Amino acid sequence: MRILCLFLLIVVSATGLQADDSALDSNLKKIRNVSAKGAGHREAIAAWAQVIAVRADQLPQVLAGMDGAEALATNWIRGLVDAIAEREIQAGGKLPVRELEQFIAARNHHPRARRTAYEWLTRVDPSTPKRLLPGMLNDPSLELRRDAVAYLLDSLKPGAGKDVGQDVSAEKSAEIYRQALTAARDIDQIKLITKELKEQGETVDLPQHYGFLQRWKLAAWFDNAGQKGFDVAYPPERGVDLKATYQGQEGKVSWVDHIAKDEYGIVELNAAIGKKKGAIAYAYAVFVSDRAQEVDLRIGCINAYKVWVNGELLLSREVYHAGMEIDQYIAKTRLRAGENTILVKVCQNEQEESWAQRWQFQLRICDLSGQAILSQDRPAAKTAHLRQ
Amino acid sequence: MIKKLTLIAVAGGVMLFAGADWLQFRGTSATSVSEGARPPLRWSESENVAWKAALPGRGPSSPIVIGDRVVVTCSSGIKQDRMHVLCFDVQSGKRLWERQFWATGRTLSHPTSANAAPTPASDGSRIFAFYASNDMVCLDLEGNLLWYRGFAHDYPKAGNDVGMASSPVVVDDTVIVQIENQGDSFAAGVNVDTGETRWRIARPARANWCSPVAVPAEHAVLLQSPDGLSAHEARTGEEIWRYPSECAGIASSVVLDGKIYLPSDGVTVLTLPKNSSGPEVLWNSNRLRPSSSSPVVYRGKVYTLNGPILVCADEKTGDTEWQLRLKGRFWATPVAVDGHLFCVNQDGQASVVKLGEKGKVVGESEFGAGVQGSPALAAGALFVRTDGHLWKIAATPK
Repeated sequence: MRILCLFLLIVVSATGLQADDSALDSNLKKIRNVSAKGAGHREAIAAWAQVIAVRADQLPQVLAGMDGAEALATNWIRGLVDAIAEREIQAGGKLPVRELEQFIAARNHHPRARRTAYEWLTRVDPSTPKRLLPGMLNDPSLELRRDAVAYLLDSLKPGAGKDVGQDVSAEKSAEIYRQALTAARDIDQIKLITKELKEQGETVDLPQHYGFLQRWKLAAWFDNAGQKGFDVAYPPERGVDLKATYQGQEGKVSWVDHIAKDEYGIVELNAAIGKKKGAIAYAYAVFVSDRAQEVDLRIGCINAYKVWVNGELLLSREVYHAGMEIDQYIAKTRLRAGENTILVKVCQNEQEESWAQRWQFQLRICDLSGQAILSQDRPAAKTAHLRQ
Repeated sequence: MIKKLTLIAVAGGVMLFAGADWLQFRGTSATSVSEGARPPLRWSESENVAWKAALPGRGPSSPIVIGDRVVVTCSSGIKQDRMHVLCFDVQSGKRLWERQFWATGRTLSHPTSANAAPTPASDGSRIFAFYASNDMVCLDLEGNLLWYRGFAHDYPKAGNDVGMASSPVVVDDTVIVQIENQGDSFAAGVNVDTGETRWRIARPARANWCSPVAVPAEHAVLLQSPDGLSAHEARTGEEIWRYPSECAGIASSVVLDGKIYLPSDGVTVLTLPKNSSGPEVLWNSNRLRPSSSSPVVYRGKVYTLNGPILVCADEKTGDTEWQLRLKGRFWATPVAVDGHLFCVNQDGQASVVKLGEKGKVVGESEFGAGVQGSPALAAGALFVRTDGHLWKIAATPK
């Protein structure tokens, strides 16, 4: 009889847990369904109020709710995880540290879910960075990767040897900096590493490291008086013919060669084609892809601009002099095997302020993580080891 | 009888408590004025600092005070894309909770700004934390997420790479955001319960950092842009009236006692219309030239900061009464209480000015770090945030 009761208790408990799990998954799905302009909010709000009551040991399941989620939904779930974990800690309870570590190790989970798990694990177990970061240099989570790079760089600081091993030789130091450069994606870390390598007499080819396009054909000037040229389709937009001559703003316009020598691939149009206000320049490049593939096209531009890939408009932004940085605008595009054409329209307005004189852009092709993808006809790599 | 007295006492306590709130940018009434007790005139690490709490990120946003809680937003990370909402106990400075999110919109800004530039708003039971990336987080006072919106996720060209900074306001059951920029430029009213959009109207496609101003008595909101000021029904966005004028793009308007103090051609004072007939100009003074800080209207005077110059004018005529040179330059709008104006410059130097026939600096102190967010005043304390800390300045026992 006792055995029967115990059996029934186990069955009932297991069924209850399954029901719990099923309800949790169902509610997480409702949260995951939130989308633009408030769609799905009412269902998600009700679901959120249910999920907040789950036990802390269910945190990995809640975190897994981010898998496949869009950016908005990851924030709804992040709010859940923070509230559940904080409640548990404030009540003197414990987080499921072993399960959280397993969750972090499973790279198939959403990078933000793994990062969230890492942050909570670090909070309750300060040894977490030391244990996990050395294995995260190529992590799909760019936040974890950044911390891993920082951890590696810390090992080169004077006196760090007692913590991570022997103080390193100059040769080993350069090797570690190279390793860090390969992994780094953020410009502050890349600048720091590059500076150190250069001080050690090493050469760093930053345009290649990033994948900036450097070889361009330029055609200018076309009229942008009154900022009216942005939507005017001048001849290059109707098909690029590198031998053609066009009627431009102040006479005949033809394509000229330009090589961007800036470390960060910046095409300085004022220097390349002459300073001109209320004008438009076109930049054209051919990118040779070794295969058909989906890539990121990333552009930084201080001026209004448009980008076409293989004749299709990919990016368009009519904003003047409001800032510029690497990877300022990002769009996914599909390259075909072989030659792909990239056309950039860069519009300068007529503002007279000193801060409104720049006319420039930088453009690169890379993968989702920011790793450079190089055109096959690019001159031989000087730093081939940067490629993974 | 005892029950009745208890009820009255409790009600009085609640009212006192409510009066101590500072629920949005420039305070609950958006006038930068508190009728409560005055904080101390000067402070240092060892005197009159009730507490100082570390913050995990940067932000020009101001703290807000909701009952016994003070809430502040921060942003962190190389791209300023990690957003934080923190809640502290007013009395002890103990961190009660923190929530973190990832920006869904653009986070690039001028180095002096940050993603956590707009000041959060509250209706007393909810917190509406808004960021330059045009993300809005709605939380209850315990830190539970009620809903989350990404306006730049919805409208990807909404943003300004100098950094957005307009703060939201709440009118009745609608929270209003003003997202004006060279791309997708609009204002929107959002249902406070669900986060769903009640209305969205196009706005001029120009950069603008002004905050909307609530007019609760009219169930309306004022939207100020470089090309004018307009009043809208808070629940529908329908325009009630428009006043075309070249207005400031940073300093925001003040509404007080049936008048609008508009940063336009210096300061232009308008009547607050009760209908669609539009406002009338009462006076204008181009000697009052608010730069980044908004005007303060207090006890019959108008105060503006033009660079380091504090100007005082008569509220009825606009006639200038006195000027006082302070130290440094200001982003933060000063706050007024008990006859004093607390001014904190961008280097974190605070000057307390005693107001009267002449202005006189009666206290100077330093925060040791830059300050861009306007202080909050509540329950005799001054709450100031730097990029690294949240400070509560209040009289401490000697």
